[in-house]
Amino acid sequence: MGRGSQSRAGTYRLAREIPSEVVCPLSALGAVRAFSLKMKDLTIYYNHVDTKHEYCNDFDLRKPLERHFLTAQNICCLSIQDPPNLAALRDCCAKFLAQFSRNNSSISCAGRVAIQSFCAPQCEYSNMEWDMLSFIRSLKGMIRDLNAVAVITFPPSLLSPSSSKRWQHIADTLLSVKAIPDEDKELANLLTGYQDMVGLLNVHKVANVNTQVPVILEATTFSIKLQKRRYLVLECLNQAPVDGSSGSSYASTGSCSGSTKTGTLDF
Amino acid sequence: MDHHRSSTLLDEALALDWTQPRVIVIEDCVETNGAFVLHHVLKRSLALHTSSTSAVIFLAFSQPFSHYDRILRKLGCNLVTPKDNKRFVFFNLLTLECPDGDEGKTSGGLPSLYREIQKVIIALHEENRKSITIMIDDISLMEVAANGSTNHVLDFLHYCHTLTLEFGCLLVTVNHGDIYSSMERPALLLQMEYLADILIKAEPLSTGLATDVHGQLTVLNKGICEGQGNSRNRTHNFHFKVKENSVECFYPGTRT
Repeated sequence: MGRGSQSRAGTYRLAREIPSEVVCPLSALGAVRAFSLKMKDLTIYYNHVDTKHEYCNDFDLRKPLERHFLTAQNICCLSIQDPPNLAALRDCCAKFLAQFSRNNSSISCAGRVAIQSFCAPQCEYSNMEWDMLSFIRSLKGMIRDLNAVAVITFPPSLLSPSSSKRWQHIADTLLSVKAIPDEDKELANLLTGYQDMVGLLNVHKVANVNTQVPVILEATTFSIKLQKRRYLVLECLNQAPVDGSSGSSYASTGSCSGSTKTGTLDF
Repeated sequence: MDHHRSSTLLDEALALDWTQPRVIVIEDCVETNGAFVLHHVLKRSLALHTSSTSAVIFLAFSQPFSHYDRILRKLGCNLVTPKDNKRFVFFNLLTLECPDGDEGKTSGGLPSLYREIQKVIIALHEENRKSITIMIDDISLMEVAANGSTNHVLDFLHYCHTLTLEFGCLLVTVNHGDIYSSMERPALLLQMEYLADILIKAEPLSTGLATDVHGQLTVLNKGICEGQGNSRNRTHNFHFKVKENSVECFYPGTRT
């Protein structure tokens, strides 16, 4: 589950509270390598692993998604803004997910459900916190026994603190994104490559299904950068060490280390 | 690290008398998952030396049976055999939904679930199963199943509490304390903490996450009998590291 934040002004908006527009059940594991969301114009890129290259994790952010991808086989899009309650959405997800039941044979395809800005105020049900919780719980229950995953994004500021915590607990994996303000001199001193960064990604929790051992990551904060205005890149973020005697950061005398490790978002 | 010693640190803190009715409340937060305590108590419940007289009723709102089965296998405990022998009664409640309004007070949902549990306990008691443990994972999801009706959930828990007194059961619940910390009057949390004979809180270290120390446990054991009619509360605080086949508990600074 991902939490958005207020966007900063500029050409690229990392996250904004946009009308919930798309629920995209995606299928065919063999076909889907990854997807990513370009918030600016709500386009979704796919690239197929075969010659058609419809699904991939390598895409050009400068180009909008061609609409025919949204109507391709095994893709269903619907707006969650219109329905007055979540029963219809639940039925739609159940119907879509029914095709991904587990059996003894190898996984030939997997289902992916992506829901954007789930509690956006434009939706009729956005003030029905218990109904939304019930839907998420129901979706999680459906997916548990299937070859499927679901990704939900939501702006936590629109929920009560208690509800927001409940959503965080229901999530198996919990991420948050935060925009970086422009022209922040302090951050510019602390972070190498600040001028290329559009935001930060934090990993709060990682799924530990079938195990009681928590996943402890080496790094939980990543910078989000745009390379050549085209590629989205995540980099592990290291903070400049703090002088134990003075408490001041070494950043004032030298740049902090920044990992050059890049990783592609692979779902 | 002496695994036997480290796991008995938790057992020492719990000081469970399996023949006496007790309520154990486990509280955790997003940063630190306390489910490992539930797994530990579950293993102990099923591995009692008087195993033929012990039984567990498990209300699963959070995970399916396969999740607990795989975890307990790594802890050296098989859930399938006791499930087949009706010593481990598993209620899969991932999709339970309670009716709204007044209907939810008397029929369907939680009232119906309680009647099922009561039937099971009576049957177990007639089979001479004297050490019965009721486990609920977790209360916050029970609230979601009850459409946010905290009163229905509290009524259910109070009824379960009467079962523990009537049949000498152990009641173990898991809840997420940070959900209620922002509330002005967190009734559910306060009532559970009041009912608890043993309150266990799993929290992160103030210094954050680490690979060697996953968090800290605070175990408040109320009403420990000290003889001559005296009793007092006892608090234990120690660090822990969760492993696949055990949990290491140690006092701060003693881990080698």
